[in-house]
Amino acid sequence: MALLQISEPGMSTAPHQHRLAAGIDLGTTNSLVASVRNGVAVVLNDEDGRALLPSVVHYQPAAPAVVGYAAQALQSIDPHNTIVSVKRFMGRGLADIADAASFPYHFVDAPGMVQLKTCVGVKSPVQVSADILHVLRDRAERSMGGELLGVVITVPAYFDDAQRQATKDAAKLAGLNVLRLLNEPTAAAIAYGLDNASEGIYAVYDLGGGTFDISILRLSRGVFEVLATNGDSALGGDDFDHRIYCWILEQTKFPELTANDTRLLLTKARDAKERLTEHPQVSITVLLSSGEMLDVLLTTAIFNEITASLVNKTLQPTRKALRDAGLTIDDVKGVVMVGGSTRMPRIQSAVAEFFQQTPLTNLDPDKVVALGAAIQANVLAGNRAADDWLLLDVIPLSLGIETMGGLAEKIIPRNTTIPAARAQEFTTYKDGQTAMSIHVVQGERELVSDCRSLAKFELRGIPPMVAGAARIRVTFQVDADGLLSVSAEELKSGVHATIVVKPAYGLEDEDITRMLKASYENASLDMQLRALQEARVEAQRLLEATQTALDENGAVLLDADEIVGINTMMQGLSTLIAGEDHHAIMAATESLNQMTSDFAARRMDISVKQVLAGQRIDNL
Amino acid sequence: MGLDFSHNYFELFGLTPHYEIDSAALLSTFRHLQNQVHPDKFAHLSEAEKRVSMQWSTRVNEAYQTLKSPLNRAVYLLQLQGIDALAQTNTHLPMAFLMQQIEWREAIQDAQQARDIAALQSVEADVAGYSKQWHEQLLAQIDQQQDWLAATNTVRQLKFVTKIMSEIDDVYTVLEA
Repeated sequence: MALLQISEPGMSTAPHQHRLAAGIDLGTTNSLVASVRNGVAVVLNDEDGRALLPSVVHYQPAAPAVVGYAAQALQSIDPHNTIVSVKRFMGRGLADIADAASFPYHFVDAPGMVQLKTCVGVKSPVQVSADILHVLRDRAERSMGGELLGVVITVPAYFDDAQRQATKDAAKLAGLNVLRLLNEPTAAAIAYGLDNASEGIYAVYDLGGGTFDISILRLSRGVFEVLATNGDSALGGDDFDHRIYCWILEQTKFPELTANDTRLLLTKARDAKERLTEHPQVSITVLLSSGEMLDVLLTTAIFNEITASLVNKTLQPTRKALRDAGLTIDDVKGVVMVGGSTRMPRIQSAVAEFFQQTPLTNLDPDKVVALGAAIQANVLAGNRAADDWLLLDVIPLSLGIETMGGLAEKIIPRNTTIPAARAQEFTTYKDGQTAMSIHVVQGERELVSDCRSLAKFELRGIPPMVAGAARIRVTFQVDADGLLSVSAEELKSGVHATIVVKPAYGLEDEDITRMLKASYENASLDMQLRALQEARVEAQRLLEATQTALDENGAVLLDADEIVGINTMMQGLSTLIAGEDHHAIMAATESLNQMTSDFAARRMDISVKQVLAGQRIDNL
Repeated sequence: MGLDFSHNYFELFGLTPHYEIDSAALLSTFRHLQNQVHPDKFAHLSEAEKRVSMQWSTRVNEAYQTLKSPLNRAVYLLQLQGIDALAQTNTHLPMAFLMQQIEWREAIQDAQQARDIAALQSVEADVAGYSKQWHEQLLAQIDQQQDWLAATNTVRQLKFVTKIMSEIDDVYTVLEA
């Protein structure tokens, strides 16, 4: 017998529309896209049934960029124009790249972020990443049959503000709406924890192609709480390849190499590393462009010896993370292995020795991050009951500002749960000082010169006072993506300055526009059309959200005039969406946003009061 | 109208403002509150809702961190009494404590130079023992005697202990490298 359905009081009875959302693992070596179908997270394959998209982009004159396996096949033929492991350069200056000389690229030093000179002009790592994201977006939209409402993109937990901002910029450039930047180990914990209904303390050891993360999480009744995280954003499988490459050169008495030879040798080194997972020894033969033939035998013992220091470099952050969490090895109930590089037998045995237990490898280490991201994307898009689980993440590195003597004063310490805000007061150093420059840094070291510089800005117009009389309050706000914004205020006069910490290294909006234009020279989609499409999607999203809010508690929280006002504005916006003027749509969207902000605040007050009322009953 | 941020942290969590609190209730309310206000619950909604959510979630995190840590909780309780316990000029520390601190620092340096982890562990245990005693003192000074001045002194000593603990951590990092 069919039962009649009755919805929960206050819930909308409108049929639930499934919003298309995907999770993207933008990896150093490979990238993936996944989504939730019929309640199950699945990785979306390409037309040939392959899940992985090699993170390789090949540029050629007067033709679109080639991404993935096809680009990978070209890397030793055209190394200068084939960008491999671009993630290593995201948010990084030339000086940050330790072994720049060993890459076959023409680096261009630019303020903030290094650029790469190719046959189609100078490319920023953000543009190269956007080309990869674009392919994944097309794959997802073809596979799901519609435009994506939004995506969750994963980043290494140890990525700093510059690297996170660069990733978000790349998504913007690829026309993606980022619902959240999610830390890779946390994504893995979601995929793993929900699968196994785990409770207790877990360590996620994530060694990818170019980054290493260790996160310590407490899983309890649907709450994933990151207690501490640590890592090295320039350590991964690539470094193991590089060690083999150096070893081959030593064994063969340093032959003359061309850029093509270098790329070929690195490819052979990676291949040898992967074969060592199955075999005790492997032979490496390489035909150089000079005609010389290299032929060497690499054993597991030699490999373990030449990479021992790299393995150790992962255990140090692991110890630090445990100590930061206030825990010991005995507290850890399970260790989850993530990232293709954890397939190396030496890594598995080193982790097992360290934690004194066999690590968990029952989920595919290449896919687990994308699957977790897809599960979270599905929740963030509003497709699931929101109280299923809660994710509480932290910032990996302390945020601070420069004080006298080039010292860094920490304002938000590492491992603080986000979103977080902290304010600190400073004062002037000289009599009559009317301006103060604020230098925002990230890192654990005491000297500013040892930390990463995020932004510098000036607070001007401080009324002249004696030294030490002014009171300047600097407020740091870190959002749920781990991105920082800073504001400063002189409390006695009210002089105010706010910045989103971005211009020092990130892209300005005009940069994005310029890059978009450049990318359309090779594509058929019209710029105007895309702007219109984006404005419509954004407006539609707001209309839906506002309608949901009105249905839930508009009648209780708004008076008749307010309801009429909001409804009129919604109707106006609906009419504009049907038209072609994207500026008008954007303006009306913004007005509706402002009109409903008070309503949003009242809705939140109600939820908080309900929790407290519920708690008091619980505690009786 | 708008955000009602006028409640203090104890009120936000429905707790009586005491040094001794029910940490299970604190954790449970924290989770319930974040479940309502966290930005992940608003990611598909309007900019206005996202902004309000971030402000509330930030505040709930801040309140939780303050109440969860016994030292931060004591500092906050004193702040509610109008006392800035961490201001440099507020109190002077007893000479015996200052001497004790110098001893600890020397012991940490010695352990580092000798690369002696066992010695470091013994300093750590000693510091932890004192720290436990002071927390017991705070409980009496704040909850029973309401002796704010004495509590302020204890808080300042505990603040130094926190610094020493983080120095010990740094040395562990160096020795284990």
